[in-house]
Amino acid sequence: MSKESFTSAEFYKYLKNEKFMGTCCNECQEVYLPPRPICIKCSSFDMSWTELSGKGKLVSFTSITVGPSFMSEAGFDRKNPYCVGIVALKEGPQVSGQILGVNSKEPETIKIGIPLSLKIMEHGQGNNKKTWLGFNKEE
Amino acid sequence: MSKGKKLGREVAIVGSGMSKFGVFPEMTTRDLFVEAYKDMTHSVDKGFDPEDIEATYISNFSSDIFEGQCHTAPIMADWVGQIPKPATRIENACASGGITLRQGLIAIASGVCDVVLVGGTEKMTNLPTENVTDALAAAGDTLYEVNCGLTFPGLYATMATAHMHKYGTKPESLMRVGIKNHENGALNPKGQFNVSIAALMKSKQEKALNKGTPVPEWEDELAFMKDNAANPVIAWPLRLFDCSPVSDGAGCILLAAGEIARNFTDNPIYIIGTGQGSDHALPERKDLTSLTAVKVAAKQAYEMADVTPDEIDIAEVHDCFTIAEILAIEDLGFFPAGKGPKAIDEGLTRRDGSKPVNASGGLKSKGHPIGASGIGQVVEIWNQLRGEAGPRQVQNVRVGLTHNVGTTGGSGVVHIYERRN
Repeated sequence: MSKESFTSAEFYKYLKNEKFMGTCCNECQEVYLPPRPICIKCSSFDMSWTELSGKGKLVSFTSITVGPSFMSEAGFDRKNPYCVGIVALKEGPQVSGQILGVNSKEPETIKIGIPLSLKIMEHGQGNNKKTWLGFNKEE
Repeated sequence: MSKGKKLGREVAIVGSGMSKFGVFPEMTTRDLFVEAYKDMTHSVDKGFDPEDIEATYISNFSSDIFEGQCHTAPIMADWVGQIPKPATRIENACASGGITLRQGLIAIASGVCDVVLVGGTEKMTNLPTENVTDALAAAGDTLYEVNCGLTFPGLYATMATAHMHKYGTKPESLMRVGIKNHENGALNPKGQFNVSIAALMKSKQEKALNKGTPVPEWEDELAFMKDNAANPVIAWPLRLFDCSPVSDGAGCILLAAGEIARNFTDNPIYIIGTGQGSDHALPERKDLTSLTAVKVAAKQAYEMADVTPDEIDIAEVHDCFTIAEILAIEDLGFFPAGKGPKAIDEGLTRRDGSKPVNASGGLKSKGHPIGASGIGQVVEIWNQLRGEAGPRQVQNVRVGLTHNVGTTGGSGVVHIYERRN
C-alpha cells in the first residue's frame, strides 16, 4: 500500500516543478485528475502518482467578460475577455483550464474538438502567487 | 403501487410566506427572515401557536462571506421566538432551500417532530459585484474546478455551449426563457423585477427621450436581447438577461404531520415526493448537457409520489441561468433530451401552455437570494395549488413540482406536491 500523499498541495508542488501529475489506481488502472486518493471506480486505496502528457481536446468552453478578481488583476475585462474550457486529456480525465491561442473576442470561431497542450499559468508574487492550468491550441 | 421509498407518515405544508426579493441596503439576513416569518403566519388559515413548532431548519448559503456572520440558525430561531428549541442551518449552495425543506420533511416523517419551521434567507447585495462573483464561485470546487477563472455564469455558459454543439440549440431559445420569465414576474409583486422585457424596452426609450440622448430602436424583444449595448455578454453565450440577479430575500414554510394538518387549514398542500442527488464537479462529467443529480432526485421523487412527468400540472424550476431552465425541463422528463429549446420556442412552458414553468417569474425575474430561492419556489407552488396566485394564477392545477440545483448540479433536489381539496 502506498505511503504517498495525494493532496492538492502535492499536485501543485509537482506543477511548480513543471510536472503535470494525476493519480492512477493500482488495482483497476483508472487515471484521475483531480488526483483522487481513493479510486471511485473500484474503491481501492492503492493509488500512485502518474505523469500526464498534457495533451487533450476541447470538450466545451466559454469566453468570460466579467471574471473573478484575480483575472481582473491579470488584465482581463469586458474589452479583453478570456476563454476557459473543459479539456479531455489523452489519458482520460477531464479538467477545466484557460484556453490560449484562440480568439476570445470572437467565441463563435472557437471549435469544440480542437487539439490542446498544457501551459502552466501563473500570476502574482510570493504568497499571492496563483497557479492554474492553461491549454494552448496546437497548430 | 409505488416502486419508490415511502415517507414514514404524511407531511403537509400548512403555511407559507416570503419577504419581497430585491435590493434592501438596510435589511440583514435576520430582518429578511422575520419579514418572511410574519408573512407565513398570515397564511395559516386557522392560525397557529408558535409554541407548537418543535424545530427550525434554516437554509443559508453564506452569511459568512456576505455579512461575516456564521452560526446563523439559532439567531433566526431566536428572532422569531423559537429559543430554546433546536435550530439547524443547511448549506448546499443554491440547492440549500430545497434540501432544507427535505430535512424538515424527514424530521416529521420520521416521527421526531410534528410541526417544523423551514426558512431560507440570504443577504447578498451589500458586497461589490466582484466579491459576489468570488463568493458564488466558491460554491464550485475551488481547488480544481473554478481556480482557472471559471465563474458561476462561466460554468453554465460551458453547459450552454455543449448543448448548442450537441443539439443545435440557438441563443434565441435561451432569450425566450428570459422573456417568458420576465413576463410572468411582471405579475409577481414579491419579485425583484416587476417588468416585462417589452415594458423595459419602452421605459429605456422614454428615458433616452427625456434625457435628449439617441432613442434606441428594437424591432421586437429578441432584437433587444441581441443588442450588445442593452444586453451585454457576461460569459459567452450567456448575456446579462440570461443570468439571475444578485438579491436579498427570505422565505418561510410551516410543515405539519398529515394527521394534524387540518388543525391549521382546510386546504393543506401535501408533499408526496422528495428526492436528492449529488454529482462530481462539472469538468469530470462525461455529459455536460444533463444533470445527473437532478435525474436521480427526480426519479426518487416521481417514484415516491407515484406520478409521471406528464402528471405535473405546474413546476418551479431552478433558472439561475436561462440554459438551466432548458436542462431542467429535459432532466425532469417534461420534454425529451435536446427538445427543451423547441418547447420554449413553441410557448409550451408559458402560463397558458401545456406545461407551465416558473409562473412566479423564476429566479431570473423574482430574484435569486441563494438560501431563500428554493423556499421561494415552494411558496409559489403553495399559492398556485391553493388558487391564491392572483393575476398569474395558472388554471386547473392539482400536482406541482419544485426543482432546486446547487452550482452546476453538484446538488439536485426535487419535491412533488398535491392539493386534495
